[in-house]
Amino acid sequence: MDIFPARPFPHRDLLTIDRLSAADIDLVLDLAQTYVEQNRQDDKKRSLLRGRTIVNLFFETSTRTRTSFELAGKRLGADVINMPTDGTSVKKGETLLDTATTLNAMHLDALVVRHPESGAVQLLAEKVNCAVINGGDGTHEHPTQALLDALAIRRRKGRLGGLIVAICGDILHSRVARSNIALLNIMGARVRVVAPRTLLPAEIERLGVEVFHDMRRGLADADIVMMLRLQTERMNSNFFPSIREYFHYFGLDAEKMARAKPDALIMHPGPINRGVEIDSAVADDLDRSLIREQVEMGVAIRMACLDLLLHDPGRRNAI
Amino acid sequence: MPSTLLKNARLLDPWTSLDQPGDLLAIDGRIAALGPDAAASAPAGAVVIDCAGDCLAPGLVDMRVGLSEPGHEYLESLAISSQAAAAGGITSLVGLPGTDPVLDDVALVEFITRRAAKVGLVNIYAFAAATRGLRGEELTEMGLMAAAGALGFTDGTRAIADALVMRRALSYARTFDLLIVQHPEEPRLAAGGAATEGEIATRLGLPGIPAAAELIMIERDLRLVELTGGRYHAAHVSTAGAIDALRRGKKRGLPVTCDTAPPYFALNETAIGEYRSFAKLSPPLRAESDRLAVVEGIRDGTIDAVASDHRPRDQDAKRQPYASAACGMVGLETLLPLCLALHHDAGLPLLKVLRLLTQGPADILRLPVGRLAVGAPADLVLFDLDLPWRIDAKSFKSKARNTLFDGHPVQGKVRRTFVAGRIAFSENGESAL
Repeated sequence: MDIFPARPFPHRDLLTIDRLSAADIDLVLDLAQTYVEQNRQDDKKRSLLRGRTIVNLFFETSTRTRTSFELAGKRLGADVINMPTDGTSVKKGETLLDTATTLNAMHLDALVVRHPESGAVQLLAEKVNCAVINGGDGTHEHPTQALLDALAIRRRKGRLGGLIVAICGDILHSRVARSNIALLNIMGARVRVVAPRTLLPAEIERLGVEVFHDMRRGLADADIVMMLRLQTERMNSNFFPSIREYFHYFGLDAEKMARAKPDALIMHPGPINRGVEIDSAVADDLDRSLIREQVEMGVAIRMACLDLLLHDPGRRNAI
Repeated sequence: MPSTLLKNARLLDPWTSLDQPGDLLAIDGRIAALGPDAAASAPAGAVVIDCAGDCLAPGLVDMRVGLSEPGHEYLESLAISSQAAAAGGITSLVGLPGTDPVLDDVALVEFITRRAAKVGLVNIYAFAAATRGLRGEELTEMGLMAAAGALGFTDGTRAIADALVMRRALSYARTFDLLIVQHPEEPRLAAGGAATEGEIATRLGLPGIPAAAELIMIERDLRLVELTGGRYHAAHVSTAGAIDALRRGKKRGLPVTCDTAPPYFALNETAIGEYRSFAKLSPPLRAESDRLAVVEGIRDGTIDAVASDHRPRDQDAKRQPYASAACGMVGLETLLPLCLALHHDAGLPLLKVLRLLTQGPADILRLPVGRLAVGAPADLVLFDLDLPWRIDAKSFKSKARNTLFDGHPVQGKVRRTFVAGRIAFSENGESAL
């Protein structure tokens, strides 16, 4: 049964949040909402995408995003293959575009790509003749993460517009932050970023955020506190002097969290560095932490994205 | 003695500020007469070319060209580079030392000189490495290499970063009155960078290079010039701060000069679009305010020359994720029309624009070219000043097509190029006389 008979999702690929409209985002979230329910049933599998082939092509290690996409594809009945990139032709000097040619010959329906370089997924999308979903490109975008975060927020708060969302931590190197900033702006939320100056990209305020360098101020009256993962190897490049000092000023603990609204929620894209960017007591607070729910929403969002991009009889011919 | 009479030209010479209709007579590779009466001294049997009122100016001098021979002939041989130069109205060019092997040795400078004389349609010169292997550590044999023909010393697309090495390079070069050319970019601040730091780099998630990386290196170098008195040239300046620092350095009487390249006055960082790797240059494209400062630097004379910064790249090097893609753009065949936009669009006097491409670089390089004078080499460019057309990369002599200007509308087109009185390029494909 098709719940949304006429789905105007005018995109071949999902590469950036920037290219989506508020209506597109609502559509993804509404559809994902139905998949949340489906995933909670015993029989989780549908045959919507039977016969379709989806390849996960991850040039960076990832467990949860890749697994999430794999589950999403399989629950919709598609064949999902994880293409290894270590020790294969990909590593043996084959260019990204050679890879595209190879993939085209395999007649795929969708390709989920994660790559350590910004823009690499788009480059690939320009050369392959199937739908491409950006599973994270460099420090650019990670659109499905922002969509799943939006779904998690909307389920708890009932809306996105008007909420105060504080994104905290390594904004400079974060594609999650960029996608969330874009999505939350489109949906009318108020976005703040909180970080030491070394971990903020130049002119970030031009992306529609208020900038804070003090957690207590940045979290004041926030509805959502979104923590980012800190890669501890950044310390070697002098972005911050020590984990101890970082946690002292920018780690989330109960005391800093007390500045946010009483019903404020905590989010984190995972995996968590306990005691680095977030205190365990806060991360595991079931009343306030959305972290586990984010993972659940991830599968539903990716099912919705695959559905919208692939389940349209006319779409394949249009490609 | 072969002689050619170019009739009905608009003679343009920045040296003498000549801008008048007339003829030019070339005999045996040199200018024998020019002006309204030049035809009178033409010997019987001279080849006569009717210029039909087109502009006749000194051949262009391009002081920054990435040569691919030796080492990367598959990209572009010297022969092809020189054909492309001739098609662009360039009659003298200076190659960078970043070939493979690096030009850091007398024998290699002699090789280039010899090879250029053999295959080159135009005059090919070279800058030699300032430090061995371009490693920025030990000075090269500057004196001997200058004697072998090197016109200056540079580490090419790498900055001479170590302050002590730069001090010694300037000081030692001054002993022989030689030129040091810097790629002005503080390498630690630029490390890993792919675009100018700012909103665009932030949105695209590209590692940024602060504009100050250029200014910091130039300000340091100006202090070292003050200390040593060495002759210093800053290549492809691209930021408001750096141009202003050079402006002040010149006012203080320091022996400094600089050039820029067309992308830095014709484009800004928005040309990156969605990761168009043809826009990846070193230094990176800048903000609009910097672009305007480059135009102003040209207008007020702070910028002495415009060079193509020609850098052929193949598809493999460019069809990469942006940060991994190679830097550079081809530029020999687009240099003149892009510079003429400074006249047509920005309102600069024509002679001033031509000076940046002739007298300006010739002075820095101390080459006796780039002028219309009796006795000077008959290196000339004949161009239609006003003809509107679109740049077509497919028609390039260069094998590489890495340019953002493909399809770009321009005004002004090279008709013929003469080197030592012989046709090196003709848009109708006439062969050399």
